[in-house]
Amino acid sequence: MSDYSVSAHEAFGPPVSVKKRGTFLESLHAWVVTVDHKRLGILYILYSTFFLLVAGAEALLMRLQLAYPHNQLLSPQVYNRFFTMHGTTMVFLVGMPFLFGFGNYIVPLQIGARDMAFPRLNAFSFWLTAFGGLLLYYSFLGGGGLYGVGNAPDVGWFAYAPLTARSFSPGHATDYWALALIVSGFGTLGTAVNIIATIVSMRCKGMTLMRMPLFTWLFLVVSMLTLVTITPLTAAQFMLLIDRYLGGHFFDTQAGGSSLVWIHFFWIFGHPEVYVLVMPAFAIANEVIPVFCRKAIFGYPAMVAASVGIMFVSLGVWAHHMFTVGMTSVSNAFFTLSTMLVGVPTGIKIFNWIATLWGGRIRFTTPMLFCIGFLFQFLIAGLTGIMLSVSPWDWQLHNSYFVIAHFHYVLVGAVVFCIFAALYFWYPKATGKLMDETLGKWHFWLFTIGFHITFDTMHFLGLLGMPRSIYTYQPDRGWNFLNLIVSIGGVIQGIAVLIFAFNFVRSYFRGKIAGDDPWDAWTLEWTTSSPPPAYNFEQTPEVHSRRPLWDLKHPDDPDWEYEA
Amino acid sequence: MSLKAPLFAQGKTPSTLAPASTAAHQIFDLSIFVVTITGAIFLAVGGLLATALYKFRARRSDPMIEPAQIYGSTQIELAWTVVPILIVVVLFLTTARIIFAIQDAPKPPGALDVTAIGHQFWWEFRYPKYGIVTANELHIPVSPELAPKPTFLKLTSADVNHSFWIPQLAGKTDLIANHVNTMWLAPQKSGLFLGQCAQFCGSQHAMMLLRVYVDTPEQFDAWIKNQQRSGRQDAQVAAGRKVFETQACMNCHAVAGTAAAGRFGPDLTHLMSRATLASGAMDNTPENLRQWIKAPDTFKQSALMPAMQLNDEQLDQVTAYLLTLK
Repeated sequence: MSDYSVSAHEAFGPPVSVKKRGTFLESLHAWVVTVDHKRLGILYILYSTFFLLVAGAEALLMRLQLAYPHNQLLSPQVYNRFFTMHGTTMVFLVGMPFLFGFGNYIVPLQIGARDMAFPRLNAFSFWLTAFGGLLLYYSFLGGGGLYGVGNAPDVGWFAYAPLTARSFSPGHATDYWALALIVSGFGTLGTAVNIIATIVSMRCKGMTLMRMPLFTWLFLVVSMLTLVTITPLTAAQFMLLIDRYLGGHFFDTQAGGSSLVWIHFFWIFGHPEVYVLVMPAFAIANEVIPVFCRKAIFGYPAMVAASVGIMFVSLGVWAHHMFTVGMTSVSNAFFTLSTMLVGVPTGIKIFNWIATLWGGRIRFTTPMLFCIGFLFQFLIAGLTGIMLSVSPWDWQLHNSYFVIAHFHYVLVGAVVFCIFAALYFWYPKATGKLMDETLGKWHFWLFTIGFHITFDTMHFLGLLGMPRSIYTYQPDRGWNFLNLIVSIGGVIQGIAVLIFAFNFVRSYFRGKIAGDDPWDAWTLEWTTSSPPPAYNFEQTPEVHSRRPLWDLKHPDDPDWEYEA
Repeated sequence: MSLKAPLFAQGKTPSTLAPASTAAHQIFDLSIFVVTITGAIFLAVGGLLATALYKFRARRSDPMIEPAQIYGSTQIELAWTVVPILIVVVLFLTTARIIFAIQDAPKPPGALDVTAIGHQFWWEFRYPKYGIVTANELHIPVSPELAPKPTFLKLTSADVNHSFWIPQLAGKTDLIANHVNTMWLAPQKSGLFLGQCAQFCGSQHAMMLLRVYVDTPEQFDAWIKNQQRSGRQDAQVAAGRKVFETQACMNCHAVAGTAAAGRFGPDLTHLMSRATLASGAMDNTPENLRQWIKAPDTFKQSALMPAMQLNDEQLDQVTAYLLTLK
């Protein structure tokens, strides 16, 4: 290649445009073939941020449709496609890729490793995930045959059988849905295996399991949970495709199959999935909160135990999504109890975070503000979760706007808030530049206000009997005013996210130089340069406690003297 | 636009906060108990969090040294593990009592049996004891506390999953093909109660609305009597009846006493005794009825009833016939 450009130079003069194009292609090529965990992490984050904007736009269009009764902005089919795609996208193309991509970036740095255990599997996993996303969105173009327009899946992100059977869901939209999730699911499985292997075998000298940062601990737990949750989902998707194309009768009620089999399979995946999304959020809070209140995390062993506890309990609660399908009273009582029990380890976490704040010196930076928002909203989400676990009350609240409000408190109020905290917190490490704090605070306050206007109000709509998944409603139901409020809140959140996107791009070019350790933090990733060099560390570090940088900064009062 | 109207059930709001039946009352009372406990937890924990944030915020006057590092405390952590467990035990026992009280309630003699079948996108109701089949509007008797006359519903589906939900009368129960669920309604006051399908069931899930009329005993008897009469034979609308029987209408619809015995669509024997058409999508007026037959899409896109391609004369005749089905 270089030989050619030299000869071209000699023949035709300086090849300015050719050379420029060459460097762009070269750098593109370098990103496409990369096996560096940091570059792959960034690819994941850019990919999921793109889909965050797409799925956010879908949500906004749905809210505009519901702003007043009998609105005709979207047709029923288009609305149904949007809510299916919004849910599927947010869970599979935004939440999981972001969090796993983030773990990918941070975990090797935090444990003093030079890369992931299987770098090429890592790259393969990313490209599988990315291909899954493309396949899902290609359905908008190709679902109705060759370039038939607008035939995206419209069966809900839960895709209950038998609505997904060929007789009720003709065409290929549902096939795109199933295939996309199978493909991206394999990517997620690869990443989960990789993270487990990395954490188990690549920790630096001195880093025992009980000296790992809680962030890394949670990624170990989440990756193990992922292995046991994505598997039943993938199995169910295959069963669905077998039903649709090979004459299987797993879910086909017309031929004696059972809808309940799908519902069980789906929620055996679907409930632990909530914890797969929310535990990385805990991971982020575990790093951000101690740094900005200048204190060690309170009760480290209890935090580890609570995480492992949540992992196990979460596998035994799936049927609380099924209180209305006609289980026996004994089953309903059992799943009520198991669901309520999740509150205990979760409570321990919240109390430990408060105890960490107690007696600290709290700096209200943008990442800290997002974590504080997370603490309040997660508290509320937990309490509405208790309400939903009370199965007689769930008979009223199930599939109503109360449920929408509850899980958006978890997935936006907790997960997305922590995602934003993480972006502001680690952006300087990945780019060498700080994000703008003033814009960050505008983003935080507008987003928080919009969030509460939207999702607080939805609780009341649910209590007033408004079901989910409806593209319009009758004007005489008493829901008009509250729906308008919800839609206004949605628009405010949209504006806040645009401010964030502007800040995110602008800071890359104009941001203040960050330095290696801008927040005065304690874990190993802050010892490397920003951005970290290839292979992370010139010399692999050795640690003696949970906070190696604290020990460096306070040689007179090191951590390891106090750790149990 | 006052807040009072949306927050507290007035008029037609299907509010869970305005229970009108035995089970809905039990659920409402339980929910008040749960809200009290969770509200107290919110105030305690949220207050603690707010206090910590206010009290320990960084001030410029603070000395620039790190605060005291506290790594944990077994007693405190034990306390906030045990207390939540106790709360869970109390909540669970209270909940379990209500689960069993509602789900395992015995069926008293004199209870009315109704079978409800969910269809894309309408409801079919059958009263086996009276030989009545109707659609979308369920009539049940009031069930006074002293002389209860509950209605026991058997729920199933003809196609995909649906969910039966009248918030003021009971929680929801799903309708699933190949699977029979049961629930009971014991409304303590008469009147009209609104609800709708609560499980996404396809393109017109939003317009699968549901009306339950809770009748006084006299009203209920009169309604039953009327429904038991077979279809009318009115010579003046014979032309319309012929259109109905020759233009494929009867493939899907039934009218008792005629050759029409289709079961894909709602039974039309007493069509004009219902207040709405197309599962509540619009009022049952002659103009709406005519428009519905002509182009169902105008009211309910992708409803499963096809446009019947009748000419204006046939349309007038068949509408006139249907208007006699009272």
